[in-house]
Amino acid sequence: MTLSRLLRHETILAVLVVVALVVLAAQSERFFTADNLLNQGRLMAEVGLVALTMTFVIVTGGIDLSVGSMLGLSAILVGVFWKNVGLALPVAMVLAVGAGGLAGLVNGLIITRFKVPPLIATLATLALYRGLAEGISQSRSVRGYPEWFYGLGQRDAAGVPVQVWIMLVAVVVSAAILGFTTFGRATYAVGANETAARFAGVAVDRTRLLVYTASGLMSGLAAVIFVSRVSTTRSDMGTGLELDVITAVVLGGTSIFGGKGTILGTVLGLALIQALRSGLSLAGVKGDGTIVVIGLVLIGAILVSNLFGRDGDG
Amino acid sequence: MDAVATATPAPKNGRLARTFAAYGQELVVLGSLLAVMALSGAVNARFLSENNLNSIFSGNAYVAVAAIGMSMVIIAGHIDVSVGSLIGVLATISGTLAVRGYPIWVAWLASIVAGIAIQAVNGVLVAYARIPAIVVTLGMLSILKGGLISATSGAWITNLPPGFLLAQFRLFGILAPVWFAAVLTVLAALWMRYSALGRSIYAVGGNPDAARAAGIQTRPTVVFVFALHGFFAGIAAILFASQLQVIQSTVPPNLELNVITASVIGGVSILGGTGTVIGSTLAAVLFAAIGSSLIFLNVSAYWLKAVLGLLILVTVLADMARRRRAF
Repeated sequence: MTLSRLLRHETILAVLVVVALVVLAAQSERFFTADNLLNQGRLMAEVGLVALTMTFVIVTGGIDLSVGSMLGLSAILVGVFWKNVGLALPVAMVLAVGAGGLAGLVNGLIITRFKVPPLIATLATLALYRGLAEGISQSRSVRGYPEWFYGLGQRDAAGVPVQVWIMLVAVVVSAAILGFTTFGRATYAVGANETAARFAGVAVDRTRLLVYTASGLMSGLAAVIFVSRVSTTRSDMGTGLELDVITAVVLGGTSIFGGKGTILGTVLGLALIQALRSGLSLAGVKGDGTIVVIGLVLIGAILVSNLFGRDGDG
Repeated sequence: MDAVATATPAPKNGRLARTFAAYGQELVVLGSLLAVMALSGAVNARFLSENNLNSIFSGNAYVAVAAIGMSMVIIAGHIDVSVGSLIGVLATISGTLAVRGYPIWVAWLASIVAGIAIQAVNGVLVAYARIPAIVVTLGMLSILKGGLISATSGAWITNLPPGFLLAQFRLFGILAPVWFAAVLTVLAALWMRYSALGRSIYAVGGNPDAARAAGIQTRPTVVFVFALHGFFAGIAAILFASQLQVIQSTVPPNLELNVITASVIGGVSILGGTGTVIGSTLAAVLFAAIGSSLIFLNVSAYWLKAVLGLLILVTVLADMARRRRAF
C-alpha cells in the first residue's frame, strides 16, 4: 500500500476543509479570527476526544454506541462522588474517569466473552448506562464546584483553551499508537481479517478489550471536561454523542467494515464538521440547518471517495 | 430447504424441539411477555385491567410497526438509524396537511408516500452507490433532523381534525394501533415466509453472492426492502402522530434505537439472513409491558431505564448462549 493510496480519502477531505475554510471566511470576517477558531476548538474537544478512541474501535470492525451514555454516567459520578459521597474533587474526577473505563471494559467483555456483535452489545449498554446515570443521580444536577475545577473547561493556557491542549496531546498519542506500535498494527489486523489475525498470533480478544476500555476511559475524560465547561452535571449529558462521533470518524475515511482508517482522517473530519458548524452559523444559517449540511457532506464525501477509489468495500 | 427461520440446525428429536430451534427467540420473548404479565397481574390485579392492557398494546404499537420494516432491512443485511427522524418528519408532514384542511386521506397517504420515497433514496445509495447503510442513514438522520427543526422551529401542531386521529379509533373495543400492528405483522410474516420476493430478502442478507448466483437481482431487492421499510415508517408515523391531540414537531429521542432494539431482541440477527417480524412485534409489546409493570411494582421512575437496559442485556446474553448450545 503506497502512501498516496493511503492518503486518498484524507486528501479529498483536506481539500474539502480548505474549500470550506475559504468559502466560510469570505462569508464572514469574524470566522477566520484566532478567537473564533480557538473557541471552536473548545467546543469540539469532547466529541474530538471520543472520536479518537472511536477510530480504534471502528478500525477493529466494531462500533461503540454507548459512548454518550458512558459520558453521562461519568459526568453524574463526578458530582455524586464529590457532593454525595464527600470525596475530594480530584479523587472524584479520577474515579469518574475510572468508572467510564470500567463501563468500557464491560462492553469489551460482553463482546469478546459472549461473542455478542458490538452493535447489539453497545446498544444494550447504551440503555443500561444511561439508566444507571438517571437512577444514581435521581435526575438531580450538582453545581457549585470550586473555582479551580473550571480551569479544565473554561480557561486558557498560553492563549489556547486547556482542553485544546489535552486534545492535541491525545491526538499525537493516539496517532502514534495506531500508526507506529504493535498494538496499532494488531488493531488493523483484527479489523481487516480476524481469522488471519488469530492465525498470525495476534491477541484478538485482548486487542478488542483494550480498545473498548479505552473508549470508556476517553468518554470519562470527556465527561470531566464537559462538566467543567458547563459548570453542572446532568444525567442526560452526552445524549446523541455517539452519532456526532461516528459521523466524524466515518467522514474521516475510516471504513465502517474495519481494517482501514487513520487518526489524521478523523482529525480532518472533526475540523470539517466544526468549520461548517461555525462558519454556517456566522453566515446566518440557523443551528439546525448546519446539521443538514453535515449530513449531505457525510454522504457526499463517502460517495466521492467511493467513485475515485474503488478498492474494496469503501 | 427451510432457509427462513432455521438459523440453527434443527435437532432430530421431535416437532417441539424443531419448532423451538426455528422460533426459539420468538418463544423466549413470548414466554417473557407472559411471565411479566402474570407476575405483575398477581402483584396488582389492576395491571390486567382492560385500560392498562389497551395502553400497553397500543402505546408501543407504532414501534412494532416500524420494527417490521426495520427487521426486513436488517434481515437483508443492512441497518437504518434514520427511522426515528423519519417518523418525526412524516408525522409533521401529515399533521400539517391535516391542519391546513387537506382531506384526511391525503394527509395519511402523504406520510406513506414520503416515507417510501425517502427510504428509496437510502436504498439506492446503499445498493448502487455502495455506501454502507449505517453511513447513508447516519447522513440521512442529520438531514431529516436538521431539516425538520429548521422548518418548524419545534413548534407544536395543534387543532388536529378529529377524523385525523387514527390511533384513537376503536374496532370491537380494541384500539386501531393494535389492529395495525397485529394485522401488518401477520401479513408481513406470511409474505416473508411464503412469497418468492419475501424469501429473497433472507437470501440477500444471508449470502449476497449466493443470492446473485441463484438469479436474485440483489440491488433492486435492497432498494425494494428500503422502500417497504419506508411504507411501514409512514404508517408508524400516522399512528405516532395521532396518539395525542398535538404533534410535537421534533424528532422523538432515541426512537431509532428503540426500533432497532425491538428487532434485535425479537431474534433478528444483526448479521443478516435470519429472524422474523413476529419476534420484533412481540419484543415491542414486551418493552411496553415491562415499562408498565415496573410502574405497578413501584419501581422508582428514575431506575426504569436501567432495569429495562439490564433486561435487554440479559435477553441478548441468553440468546447468544442458546445459539451456541444449538451448534
